[in-house]
Amino acid sequence: MSVEQITQKIIDILRGYVKDSALLEKATQETHILKDLKVNSARLVDIIIKCEDVFGTSIDDDEADRIATIGDAVLLIQQKAA
Amino acid sequence: MKRRVVVTGMGVVAPNGHGLDRFAEALRAGRSGIRHIPELAQLNFACQVGGIPEGFDAIRKRYFDHEKLLSINDNIGYASVAAVDAWTDAGFAMPEAEDDRVDWETGVIAGSGIGGMDTIARTLVPMVNEGKVRRMGSRIVEQVMNSGTSARIAGLLALGNQVTSNSSACSTGNEAVIEAVARIRLGLATRMLAGGSEGASPYIWAGFDAMRVICRKFNDRPEEASRPMSASAAGFVPGAGGAFLLLEELESALTRGVRIYAEVLGGMVNCGGHRMGGTITAPNPEGVRRCVRGALADAGISPREIDAINGHLTATYADPVEVKNWSAALERGPEDFPWINSTKSMIGHCLGAAGAIECVAVVLQLRDGFVHPSLNCEDLHPEIAPYEGKIPHSAVACPDLKVVAKAGFGFGDVNSCLIFRKWEQ
Repeated sequence: MSVEQITQKIIDILRGYVKDSALLEKATQETHILKDLKVNSARLVDIIIKCEDVFGTSIDDDEADRIATIGDAVLLIQQKAA
Repeated sequence: MKRRVVVTGMGVVAPNGHGLDRFAEALRAGRSGIRHIPELAQLNFACQVGGIPEGFDAIRKRYFDHEKLLSINDNIGYASVAAVDAWTDAGFAMPEAEDDRVDWETGVIAGSGIGGMDTIARTLVPMVNEGKVRRMGSRIVEQVMNSGTSARIAGLLALGNQVTSNSSACSTGNEAVIEAVARIRLGLATRMLAGGSEGASPYIWAGFDAMRVICRKFNDRPEEASRPMSASAAGFVPGAGGAFLLLEELESALTRGVRIYAEVLGGMVNCGGHRMGGTITAPNPEGVRRCVRGALADAGISPREIDAINGHLTATYADPVEVKNWSAALERGPEDFPWINSTKSMIGHCLGAAGAIECVAVVLQLRDGFVHPSLNCEDLHPEIAPYEGKIPHSAVACPDLKVVAKAGFGFGDVNSCLIFRKWEQ
């Protein structure tokens, strides 16, 4: 799966957790999930579960803790697929 | 001098109608919200009828976005819709999500009897038992904590005064109103949303079915199943829903220049102590009478001023005892008894929501000047028969209806009584 494909899937996942979906229109790899997209921090565990389901992988707590931006998530998924 | 407290907004999600006008019209017409519940039949319940608000999934989708809906189970949904309706009915706008201002003068007391049991039964317990705790996600606690309803409502409306949830079985909704009135009287809040809710779940109702206290004899005639005061009453019909009243300090309401429905003249809660005939499931008659008299004293009115009673009246063996207690507490026999009716005859017993929904029914009857029918009691219980002339079988126009008493008596031998008076300039 290409970086673009992974990024798009992650943006689709995040769509269910942002109050203002317009924020996702200008999202980049550097977009911070909590600060820029204003996702409720409690929902990060739901996003991780959704990523596991969508990408067919498992993400442990240490790996999840390293995700702050969209790029962090894309990188992690790439590494898991490699 | 006590600060006076008035009702300036209401919201209701009842088995026979969502919204004040629909609910008022159903009350006046004597429209039952009791229906056959196929799931109860599949689960081998003896009682297979219930009162569940119709079309609620579509209703809640009109109120809340996708993100919030994921955290809103039945109990919280009924409460949230009713609270939002009461808020806007009182003339307030819904705050925008990005508006950071908090209303420090308004709080919420949102009760329920058993609460988020659907989330516990359908998600929490199965996932824990399957060893899938890690995959439960973030939305369990906020839906099963007892304060989940008040917490959700506070967030929706940016409320910054006391935000809490009470629970006292079938007395819950009334108790919420009484506690909220007390807080406003003390000067600790200007406004309080007060009410209650209860989800529609076989897991809430199963314990009552096992106790054989819910109706099992009218599965083929749902609308006849809830029979308060009837000789053929066969147990209560389980119900669900929610309702809220926006209670406001009188000066605030006058300053805002908003419509005032009614004044809450007074209220009382107590417990019979499980003595003198009282148990965990039955009321001590002395406790009930003290509660009614206490509410009258708090309201500063005489028993003669009560025009109508909206009883607890669930359709169990306790109905004749309740009527007798009212008569003793008010010192008024059958010849000069007030009107008495049971909203549960149309909607069943909505448990933690019952008091709140029925308080809304009381205020609507005051607003519109009528006493709603008490269904399915043409064959009055012999001990209630002497009061026949005061039990309406169809709506009675009462333009002079001014003061109505509302009571609730719950498991735990807990009692509550409220006195409402129509607002007149």
